[in-house]
Amino acid sequence: MNVGVGLPSTVPGVSGELLLEWARRADGGPFSSVAVLDRVVYDCFEPFVALAGAAAVTNRVRIATMIAIGPLRPTALLAKQASSVDALSGGRLTLGLAVGARHDDYEAAGVDHRGRGAKLSEQLAHLRGDGSTMELLVGGGSGQAFARMARYADGYAHNGGPPRAFAGAAARARAAWSDLGRPGSPRLWGQGYFALGHAERGAAYLRDYYAFTGPFADKIAAGNLTSPRAVKDFVRGYEEEGCDELVLFPTVADLDDLDRLAEAIAE
Amino acid sequence: MRISILGAGPAGLYLAVLMKKANQQHEIEVVERNARDATFGWGVVFSEETLGTLRDADDQTYIEITDTFARWETVDIRYRGTLLRSRGNRFSAIARKLLLEILQRRCRELGVALRFGVEVEDPDTLDADLVVGADGVNSIVRRSRADAFGARVDPEGCTFAWFGTDLVFDAFTFIFRETEHGLFQVHAYPFDDQTSTFIVECPEDVWRRAGLDDLDEAQSIAFCEQLFAADLDGHRLLSNRSLWTRFLKVRNRSWHDGRFVLVGDAAHTAHFTIGSGTKLAMEDAVALAQAFVRHGDRVEAAVVDYELERQPVVERFQEAASDSASYFVRVGRTTHLQPMQFAFNLLTRSGRISHTNLAQRDPGFVRVMDAWFAGDPRAVAPPPMFTPLRLGGLTLPNRIVRRAPGGAGLVLSELVAVSAGGRVSAETPVLGGDDDPAADTLAVGDRDGGAPAATPAWRVAPLDEWVGAAHDGGAAFALQLGHAGRRGATRPPAHGVDVPLREGAWPLLSACAVPYAPFGAVPEECHADDLARVRDEFAAGAARAAKAGVDVLELNFAHGYLVASFLSPLTNRRDDPYGADRLKFPLEVLEAVRATWPEDRVLAVRLSVTDWARGGLTVDDGIAVAHAMAQSGAQLIHVVAGQTVAGGEPLYRRGFLTALSERVRTEARVPTLVGGWLTTPDQVNTIVAAGRGDLCVLELERTGLEDQLEARPEHEAVAVP
Repeated sequence: MNVGVGLPSTVPGVSGELLLEWARRADGGPFSSVAVLDRVVYDCFEPFVALAGAAAVTNRVRIATMIAIGPLRPTALLAKQASSVDALSGGRLTLGLAVGARHDDYEAAGVDHRGRGAKLSEQLAHLRGDGSTMELLVGGGSGQAFARMARYADGYAHNGGPPRAFAGAAARARAAWSDLGRPGSPRLWGQGYFALGHAERGAAYLRDYYAFTGPFADKIAAGNLTSPRAVKDFVRGYEEEGCDELVLFPTVADLDDLDRLAEAIAE
Repeated sequence: MRISILGAGPAGLYLAVLMKKANQQHEIEVVERNARDATFGWGVVFSEETLGTLRDADDQTYIEITDTFARWETVDIRYRGTLLRSRGNRFSAIARKLLLEILQRRCRELGVALRFGVEVEDPDTLDADLVVGADGVNSIVRRSRADAFGARVDPEGCTFAWFGTDLVFDAFTFIFRETEHGLFQVHAYPFDDQTSTFIVECPEDVWRRAGLDDLDEAQSIAFCEQLFAADLDGHRLLSNRSLWTRFLKVRNRSWHDGRFVLVGDAAHTAHFTIGSGTKLAMEDAVALAQAFVRHGDRVEAAVVDYELERQPVVERFQEAASDSASYFVRVGRTTHLQPMQFAFNLLTRSGRISHTNLAQRDPGFVRVMDAWFAGDPRAVAPPPMFTPLRLGGLTLPNRIVRRAPGGAGLVLSELVAVSAGGRVSAETPVLGGDDDPAADTLAVGDRDGGAPAATPAWRVAPLDEWVGAAHDGGAAFALQLGHAGRRGATRPPAHGVDVPLREGAWPLLSACAVPYAPFGAVPEECHADDLARVRDEFAAGAARAAKAGVDVLELNFAHGYLVASFLSPLTNRRDDPYGADRLKFPLEVLEAVRATWPEDRVLAVRLSVTDWARGGLTVDDGIAVAHAMAQSGAQLIHVVAGQTVAGGEPLYRRGFLTALSERVRTEARVPTLVGGWLTTPDQVNTIVAAGRGDLCVLELERTGLEDQLEARPEHEAVAVP
């Protein structure tokens, strides 16, 4: 299993300079990828723009959206952004797409929330239709999402949680893959959150970022990995469940935290 | 901390005990709307593992509770005049009333305030640091903030009545009784030395037909006493104001909201047929109390910790409980099963017990069952998946289906198209070469590809090679024959399926002129000559397959392919006879094939038995189609689901087709072949022995061990001293 690291692109108040330095260090560290999240109505960077920056200052790591909310963007524009970032990075883009979980992002983008699933399918068919072999992931927990993943993508982007939650989703992804008659098996990407210096700040960020989920946000905050031991157990747990790429996202935008994570996973 | 617990059931009282024990400084009150002596229900069941948890949590109540326990290790199944006993199932039970008395006593001893007969209308008015909703299925706490909890409450399972009886059973006893109205069943178990719980249930329609909706309680008791007179052996049924009702399944996305937290039935219920309600409730109390030990008075941290620990466990039980509940709704349709298979099917209903689990609990039972399955209860037999299957004139050496030989009893090919126009992608093999009538339908565009006349522009299925390889591997060979219909002319599946070819596409056919997936080509609606030609292609394919020595011919009438497009109302909106009778064309194809296919070989049909889409075929519809296919000569149904339209809502999980296969096999009375992400021999053993399917597609998950073993030098044998 590979371990990647998220860019702090959705942690409020992060400067462009810090974001690029983070990507640079990740490229020099033990990480296999850097990844971003996608929100519109939040103090954060646009994912493709952030990845374009990351592409410019890195040479080695894959760059990924975990995930980007496809239907927020017109299909042709989405394809253009993705292929541009892929070209800037020398073919290092992994494009993870899903429908997202928030109404207000759709409102802000002026896109109808209804029909988002069908639109995502259309976008995936479009991306595949031009014969591009860019690595595509699809996320989401519904039966339709798994079918969409198996129909069009190269793998599944899980939305986080303990290893046993990942295991359940991985079984469904493999079942869908087999059902749609795809050869081999889907690439499985997992994700988690960490804060190895300031646990309380990390938890506060997660409660804020996920405030729209109500009390569920507390559970996400409680799952934040706040010690090297917790990181190692989490990494081992995901590896045992057959994860191919685990991306750990920062909840505190502090470069020392990146170094602490590098140490924790290097051991 | 000041703690208000609403509800003096097992969860509320036990939580009060544990919280007070952990910290005497806590001010704890338990508020109950009913009177102190008002109790509902009869006995409650615990499993062995729960007892360990209770012992560790509070030794004193553990000893009192277990002193009064009724214990048993046996499950009795009374069915069609046979009694089958399965041992090794350790359970114990206690009168609910007694359990509550023990817990109330312990509460008072520790200084917990118990307030009975107090109704709390608005939990927000409670002035406490922590408010616990232990107030059951109809929880006021849950209803006061249903949105924050994300609450869902749905009826589930049969209609039931919860009686007691003064007959003391010596085992957990299932009784099945056939009536003119339908099947009734009883779940009975002892809980002290005088009394047993005796739950009677039946599906709602049976209940109505029997006129039970018009009977009062005394009349209902008289009805049940008479129905189960032989089992009650002169004993009475006792009422506890338990009227006929349906079970309510409670789920909550979150179990906490600020200072409010839910435990037990208020947070979640699991159908009583797996007997876990009280167990889960008391385990909740243990987990919540322990979370407060870890987090002190930090309410939010503790309740989140509790929820994170308990929710996944509870969800697994709820899934199993729902499977069990639906089993009992349908059990009336399985009464044609022999008692041994009926019993194994019952014991494995919830997915929590498999063939392997049962072999550990009761090796004797499984030995006899395996032997019975193999045909002689006194013999020594291999596990069920290695029992040969006789289908028509063919005997398969085992129940495993794979794409390649290597342990399989049946090798099932990839889709082979009846003609070049019926290919899914350019990689799809076609039966026969240029000399084949199938070649006539080849689209002009393909010929323009520049292929010399002698070499076809498509892959020819190497039938002889496939048949030979399967037979050499000791397996029979099944050819999957079909026409992709509107799912044709797509890219090879390495980077996705249903992605249309931009160049070199061939014309598509379907029941109606509607494309399958985004950007898909619009198919031609089949005209009379198309129908006749496709029918002939299938028949010619069958003849060719027969000549090549194929043992099983599987016609693909599934997954939105050409023939399937006629079956579903979503894809067949024709206003001709083929639309009025959606079975017409599929049956014509089947008959045309049957006319050419040798009688001593097996004819199978692959069917999507539900469309998994609104307005599409339901499972009941699918079973009717399977039945019609069987009537017209299909000897085996390969059960699949969905893919009729690209936007369906499939239900994926391990073994996601097993329940569908069981329904088809049971209700259409036809042998089935089933896959659905089965990856272990244990799953196959359980499915075939329980009569949920006859053949299973076994898919092997990579372990990495295969490579290690292959890398080993060949002669490194283990030395035996």
